[in-house]
Amino acid sequence: MSAAATGLPEGWGMVIGLEVHCELATETKLFCCCPNSFGDQPNANTCPTCLGLPGSLPVLNERAVELAMRVGRALACDVRRSVFARKNYFYPDQPKVYQVSQYDLPTNEHGHLDLPSGLRVGITRAHIEEDTGKLTHVGGGGRIHDASHSLVDYNRAGVPLVEIVSEADMRSSDQAREYVAELRSILLATGVSDAKMEEGSMRVDANVSVHREGEPWGTRCEIKNLNSLRSLGRAIDHEALRQIDLLDAGDTVRQETRHWDEASGRTGTLRVKEDADDYRYFPEPDLVPLEPSAEDIRRIDAALPVLPAARRAALAGAAGAPTIGAVAIAVERDLDTLALEAITAGADPARVLTHVEHNLAVEGAQRVSAAHLAALVQMETRGELTATQAKATLAEVVATGDDPAAIAKAKGYEAMGADALETLVDGVIAAHPGEWEQFRTGDDKAKGKLTGFFMGKVMQASKGQADGKAATALLRAKASA
Amino acid sequence: MSPVDTARSTAAAVRAGERSARSVVEAHLGAIGERDGELHAFNLVTADAALAHADEIDAQVAAGHDPGPLAGVPIAVKDNLCTAGVPTTCSSKILDGWRPPYDATVVQRLRAAGAVSVGKTNLDEFAMGSSTENSAFGPTRNPHDTSRVPGGSSGGSAAAVAAGFAPLALGSDTGGSIRQPAAFCGIVGAKPTYGAVSRYGLVAFASSLDQIGPFATDVADAALLLEVISGHDPLDSTSIPKPPLSLSSTLQQGVEGLRVGVVKELLDAEGIHPDVASRTRAALEALEGAGAKIEEVSVPAVIYGLSAYYLIAPAEASSNLARYDGVRYGLRVDAPTTGEMYDRTRTAGFGAEVERRIMLGTYALSAGYYDAYYGKAQKVRTLIIRDFEAAYERCDVLLSPTAPTTAFELGAKADPLAMYLNDVCTIPSNLAGHPAISVPFGSGDDGLPVGVQIMAPAMGEATMFRVAAALEGARA
Ligand SMILES: [Zn+2]
Repeated sequence: MSAAATGLPEGWGMVIGLEVHCELATETKLFCCCPNSFGDQPNANTCPTCLGLPGSLPVLNERAVELAMRVGRALACDVRRSVFARKNYFYPDQPKVYQVSQYDLPTNEHGHLDLPSGLRVGITRAHIEEDTGKLTHVGGGGRIHDASHSLVDYNRAGVPLVEIVSEADMRSSDQAREYVAELRSILLATGVSDAKMEEGSMRVDANVSVHREGEPWGTRCEIKNLNSLRSLGRAIDHEALRQIDLLDAGDTVRQETRHWDEASGRTGTLRVKEDADDYRYFPEPDLVPLEPSAEDIRRIDAALPVLPAARRAALAGAAGAPTIGAVAIAVERDLDTLALEAITAGADPARVLTHVEHNLAVEGAQRVSAAHLAALVQMETRGELTATQAKATLAEVVATGDDPAAIAKAKGYEAMGADALETLVDGVIAAHPGEWEQFRTGDDKAKGKLTGFFMGKVMQASKGQADGKAATALLRAKASA
Repeated sequence: MSPVDTARSTAAAVRAGERSARSVVEAHLGAIGERDGELHAFNLVTADAALAHADEIDAQVAAGHDPGPLAGVPIAVKDNLCTAGVPTTCSSKILDGWRPPYDATVVQRLRAAGAVSVGKTNLDEFAMGSSTENSAFGPTRNPHDTSRVPGGSSGGSAAAVAAGFAPLALGSDTGGSIRQPAAFCGIVGAKPTYGAVSRYGLVAFASSLDQIGPFATDVADAALLLEVISGHDPLDSTSIPKPPLSLSSTLQQGVEGLRVGVVKELLDAEGIHPDVASRTRAALEALEGAGAKIEEVSVPAVIYGLSAYYLIAPAEASSNLARYDGVRYGLRVDAPTTGEMYDRTRTAGFGAEVERRIMLGTYALSAGYYDAYYGKAQKVRTLIIRDFEAAYERCDVLLSPTAPTTAFELGAKADPLAMYLNDVCTIPSNLAGHPAISVPFGSGDDGLPVGVQIMAPAMGEATMFRVAAALEGARA
């Protein structure tokens, strides 16, 4: 990847691996019957189990397991026997002072995610764990170190999460953003999570390291809790440049966990990893292993919707031309089925995708019937509607659901047939012989410049009814005749 | 010691309206008042609540309702079982002031069966110990000889039953904490199959080993109590999805033709007192006399049980006890930073033995040591299970001493290792998840009770209790 694509100084490269925590859209928490809901009164959704009271025990939410396995299958993972483990560490947001997670035997392993750009990112694992509570530090700088006191809300404690760990397969912040966007679309498509980064139901940690091309990768730093695609991109770029500055100055990069400060646009040290963290993982004795059967996995596969990558492939296949961007947008807007059906009905793929990309980013677009879209595009192709008229007609189709031919007629968009257009173009040429001579004999630059001139005259003469594309084609054909 | 009616006879009298629950409870509260100042079996006597509950039971009987199989029977509850609104201390300062908002499943089941809780009994702090000397509230004394320990960690419950404070008590057994005090106090105590009784509401020591079980003056009462508390509980994921155990109906079927094996490694274990060994042999002869087939069997891996246990149990404890951090409940010693608050709270709140085990367990789970300690201990556990399986192909039940000696003097085992050796015979059943029961069988030359342990394979309680009843019947 070129320096221009990474935004790094010439000769440097970066590598990124992402850990995405995603809250599962269950009714209740992972190990108790408390509601899994956001924005309630602090500590309203708690019970002995999610408060970790002495004597309480976890009971696994089967729905959470189902959703986690669905994530795994959507990411092409092996779903296998898994064992919950305790991750032990002292922190006040952790009611049991250990987190129930999975360690050496996660539910999902060895998957991948194909991005619209064609990059395949490996998925190391996607394991189930419980969320922590939420601390609010009062006084000082709002961080635990200098606060006068802290408040803790355990509503989020015990909310089910999947942590999706990628391989370090990304080489630019754009790729990282593309990965997270694609992952988000999968989580939404599978109904596994509402994946709202701003509400924290999807949180991203980025591991970043850099190198001089040809040298081994340097020490990595982890940036915690990035809560928008914009922050993710900025934080990665900033962090890579920070590491390069250090190395350029002859310093070393310390392995540490950093936080991103959106306001200052900088990352700062959260804690230094002097040694590897020792969480003293061991199998959670209060839970039994999960043993999904082949039948469970078949059932989950059967219930999976068609995923974005497959939808893109289907539409791109039908559209034929290299239309990656428009195809991705069609899938993102859930308009790919409409586009595909319109194309199948005989509409010009390029025009269909143009409408999807530019004219259907509106409320109600999903209600447009493929037959109407196909009819509209065909009218346009036949020269019966100009691009501007087609756009206006489509807006009416979205609003009313009426037939596009009827709308065009009602709007007075008279068909300007090929003959009428040619007569009109001939008239304009005849009226401007000097310019025509320059257009006919000039180079591409001159032609380009004069196309605007002639088109203006054509539009003027036709009172806007002429199809600009067809008129341009006609001009060029006549010039080279 | 006050002679006690059995729980069966008391419940029968109360259900029949021949005796009021109030009079039963008053009599036992009277006994507690007379002697618990000396013994300190209880951390808390809930006299008012017990009398109110007894009145409710009497009202039920008067209204023609059946309060259940333990109608009006007083019961003492180990103070590591959660009781709604009633302090639950684990005999630790760290839970100072904490009142659980909920009842343990076993406590609920007792109530549903008509049993009346008279209070919370003393234990070694967080059930870590074999003498009930490691209590933040002072030791419990053995009713047979108050210079002696009652055993532990459920020493308060064992002493309460032995002293006639209640005909029944609940204990918890992680490495012998029901059976060894039962042996020391001359009563019956059983640890059920792992998962036979719900752990919901038992304050965890070592989750993969802990089981709640009964204390009673005789085998039939212990069986009745276990029937009441056993059976599947959806709140405990390790609870076996089976209905309650059925024990009483087969209790008197005898041992004719049953194969009883004596575990060579446990009878010959280092530190088994000759008196204990000879009572164990006498028990074998008694069973043989009752028609059982006796043989000596080898369960080689049990000799590693103690070492494995003292890695696994502290490892799990180090994690289970991490939550006592001063943030949410119990003791908090304030300090300028969160880290110092943790330090001061935990230093002030935990006793020496608990601290020692937390350190041991933390070490055993640490990166670089896990495989050598915790990992290896789990392998020993697998070996013990395998060796037991082989033994149970030849035998229906196995027999051994419960504890190496009779009750020792308070302060006699200041060395932790000497104390740990007390559990050598009881630990294997916890590691295997198997049931085991201690039945009193005579006494040593010192006049103190000796217990014999009967072990059975998982869910083999019915046979185990049959053998226990036969042994009890053969008692001289
Ligand atoms: Zn809860």
